[in-house]
Amino acid sequence: MSKPFLLGELLAWIRAHGPWRWASQGLRARGYSGRTLVTAVPYLWLALFFLLPFLIVLKISVSEMQLAMPPYQPLVSWISDGVIALRISFENYLFLLEDSLYWKSYLNSIRTAAISTVICLLIGYPMAYGIARSPAAWRNLLLLLVMLPFWTSFLLRVYAWIGILKNNGVINNLLMALGIIDEPIVMLQTNFAMYIGIVYSYLPFMVLPLYTAIEKLDQSLLEAAANLGCRPVKAFFRITVPLTMTGIIAGCMLVFIPAVGEFVIPALLGGPDSLMIGRVLWEEFFNNRDWPVASAVAIVMLFVLVIPIMIYQRSQGQQLGAHR
Amino acid sequence: MRRRFPPLAVVNCLLAACGQGGDDAGTESAAEENVVNVYNWTDYIGRSTIADFEAKTGIKVVYDTYDSNELVETKLLTGRSGYDVVFPTATILARMARVGVFLPLDRSKLPNHANLDPEILERMTGFDPANRHAIPYMWGTTGIGYNPVQVQKALGTDMIDSWAAVFDPAIASKLAACGITVLDAPEDTFEAVEIWLGNVSYNEDLDELAEAEAAVARVRPYVRAFDSSQHVEMLASGGICVSLSWNGLMLQARDRGASAATPVAVRFVIPREGAPMWFDTAAIPADAPHPDNAHAFLNFLMDPQVIAAISNDIRYANANAASLPFVAQDMRDDPSIYPDAEMRARLHPSATRSQDYSRAVNRAWTRVKTGQ
Repeated sequence: MSKPFLLGELLAWIRAHGPWRWASQGLRARGYSGRTLVTAVPYLWLALFFLLPFLIVLKISVSEMQLAMPPYQPLVSWISDGVIALRISFENYLFLLEDSLYWKSYLNSIRTAAISTVICLLIGYPMAYGIARSPAAWRNLLLLLVMLPFWTSFLLRVYAWIGILKNNGVINNLLMALGIIDEPIVMLQTNFAMYIGIVYSYLPFMVLPLYTAIEKLDQSLLEAAANLGCRPVKAFFRITVPLTMTGIIAGCMLVFIPAVGEFVIPALLGGPDSLMIGRVLWEEFFNNRDWPVASAVAIVMLFVLVIPIMIYQRSQGQQLGAHR
Repeated sequence: MRRRFPPLAVVNCLLAACGQGGDDAGTESAAEENVVNVYNWTDYIGRSTIADFEAKTGIKVVYDTYDSNELVETKLLTGRSGYDVVFPTATILARMARVGVFLPLDRSKLPNHANLDPEILERMTGFDPANRHAIPYMWGTTGIGYNPVQVQKALGTDMIDSWAAVFDPAIASKLAACGITVLDAPEDTFEAVEIWLGNVSYNEDLDELAEAEAAVARVRPYVRAFDSSQHVEMLASGGICVSLSWNGLMLQARDRGASAATPVAVRFVIPREGAPMWFDTAAIPADAPHPDNAHAFLNFLMDPQVIAAISNDIRYANANAASLPFVAQDMRDDPSIYPDAEMRARLHPSATRSQDYSRAVNRAWTRVKTGQ
């Protein structure tokens, strides 16, 4: 890898001329360099925008609810001079175990997200494949078309689906005008509408990483397979799929993770019986005004998502290591 | 009044940095600054009210809107919202006033307070003892909106006058085909059920809540949707025939139905068993940056002609007795907006619930809706 430009040069200049010379030499002796600084940026970003909010939410999740501003009890309180009391309550977490609503919502959210991810993959893979194999002149245009919906607000696009799916909406009016149906088909506020909304909204996140992976695929491998008598279907599953696995995983993660916590789409398109953890969280926060329980729901959700992903990444890392 | 419609609230949330309130102009400025930051429900003020206030007082109004009580409550509980005047529903006001969210009003700065309806002020004391923290703004009821033509076909009569239309399985099952919707607002709907069951004590009895839950669960199969906004259009276009809803929304449905290409009749009724009654109030947050200007704004809102003009625009009954002569004739004569004294006696102000009971109500509601 080349030296990180600009920042690295700047540091080099400081090392050579500045009063920091001694200090920087000391740091370098311990293995720090300009590169450390560059890699520190994303860590700093994560600390500021992930770790800090996470700690705040964690703090609220172990406090107790009270009607006040803000509506939870402080963890640390001064009892008398020199004595600090620290109150940590795990009651909110126990509460989540007591009521089946919560684990059922988690399971239902994970199931909904998993089904949406599979549908996205089934639609997105052929799309990405088609784009990657189309003439080079077309590719940019096709990719642009995939990304074009982002130019409109996400909310407006979900609202547009209400207009399409409702009882006197575009689809029902068309079918009734054609005489195919007499009574409108109830589509809005069903699971069907919710899946349409999620798949529609997240499809680009599936297509883009898949495209990158498929585009990099060495065509000559497939030619070699064909020359050796392998049928196209078998070649697809034995060569294309394994070699584009990184794209498949990246795409699935990009769809699955936000879909688990999805709140807007189930609220606008889903039925009253769609039990999603995002909705439960909303109700805890806004309807019950119970910030501590809402925070506990969020923390548990994070662990439900993060731990499988970490285990997976670990095993991936080991596999990669083994291949080397 | 647009109350508690979570999806819209989400939209507002996403558009305007949820929870973490305000950061509005004036949070740090001195009280002398000639600005008042007003936070109100959407479509809940007269067309010229703000311009008139600015012309009369020279105070500039920074006007911002919300569409759910939850949003304003969360912002105020978070603190430093930066707002000078907010319009919480009385039940929410009561809960927050207890923890010091609102500034006690200085009556010497509110000479127009004398114009308010003493009966409503009296009912408000249940939420705000001695009317210390808020003035009543608009009020309304939760009742039944229906399409008389479709109801005639289903029941053989075009009159609905009882909650039984929604809560009695024998009647609801006949109306299911033409479509029933119920507000997706747990506390309002359970209050209606309790009035139907005759348990209007609001004593937070969990057995009574279980009874109410069972009553809703019995008619759950006949309810097409739990909804707090889209049913207006559905009722106005004949897509459904009966809605448990707020009077303001049902009057909108009536107006829309009447002006449709093929007119659809919609009526609103306060059932004979009685109905929940709600009040929206205007109050000043304790940390309001411009409390003097906020008082001036509240006083302006209590001017009979000003509040009558607002009522005429938004079609809600106000709480200002002196304004009645200036309210449009058709509104004054409409019992679904201004019920007569006999009907008013059967209205029950919504109660403020304790945290535990409110959680139990919300939990019961989730069980009714999802079966979980």
